[in-house]
Amino acid sequence: MTRRLDIATSFAAGLVFGIGLIVSRMFDPSKVKGFLDLAGAWDPSLGLVMAGAVAVAAVAFAVAKRRRTTLLGEPLVLPMRRDIDRRLVVGSLLFGIGWGIAGICPGPALVAVGAGHAKALVFAVSMLGGMLLFTLLERRRRAHAPPLDKGVRAP
Amino acid sequence: MTLDWTAFTPWHAAIGGVIIGLAAAWFALVNGRIAGISGIVGGLLQARRRDVGWRVAFALGLLAAPAAYALVATVPSIAFDTGDAGLVVAGLLVGIGTRYASGCTSGHGVCGVSRLSPRSLVATLTFMIAGFATVFVVRHVLA
Repeated sequence: MTRRLDIATSFAAGLVFGIGLIVSRMFDPSKVKGFLDLAGAWDPSLGLVMAGAVAVAAVAFAVAKRRRTTLLGEPLVLPMRRDIDRRLVVGSLLFGIGWGIAGICPGPALVAVGAGHAKALVFAVSMLGGMLLFTLLERRRRAHAPPLDKGVRAP
Repeated sequence: MTLDWTAFTPWHAAIGGVIIGLAAAWFALVNGRIAGISGIVGGLLQARRRDVGWRVAFALGLLAAPAAYALVATVPSIAFDTGDAGLVVAGLLVGIGTRYASGCTSGHGVCGVSRLSPRSLVATLTFMIAGFATVFVVRHVLA
């Protein structure tokens, strides 16, 4: 039952990830804003969280690069794209503005919802709305434009 | 710039960061996937049926984290200083922006930077700068 095992281990990954966000306090918007506020009283915590996470994950991805299968025996495929396009940059800009306004990004939003914060729910529902909007816009674009391949310019 | 030594929590940050890294490592090696939350959740809206289960499971794991944490210690209190209108605007921007960028703080910031992916390095630099600029405007220009 690989599929069941996949679902159970995915749950475990999400759970551990969420616990990391609680231990690091990164599910607290005031901590995130404290990091983003360079001109005020600066709280460098978020930088240290990233450093700790990257230090561990980098080892795992170095191992993953040499493997063809996951530990569950499924094919292991990591992202291959290397092109820097406008969607990447404009999307990141919009995300960064929203992140700066609220001090919350997708992972912490779900953890804070789980902790029972109504304000996190307002954010998370709006975030899902934004994601739905993206999906609808993409569907329309696909219906009107040729499939997006390498070398085909995005509208 | 002044360092806020009372707010800085280096041990929590470093240990929490390592736990996040372990979760990303686990998800990559066991499940063969990138622990990118915007992609996992946003992808649900266009997922094939066999991809729904693991996506929902990962999201449920995040939602259940406070309950699991509470078995061992008290979940720390957190503070929102944004009004509801601000949260709605921010949520929409985060939702649509992360989907166009194919990633957020977890997928690009943690996993992509760990892989030294050029796309993720550009994305992370971009949303960091946008975040710094936005907080500067909100706290020091508009306020």
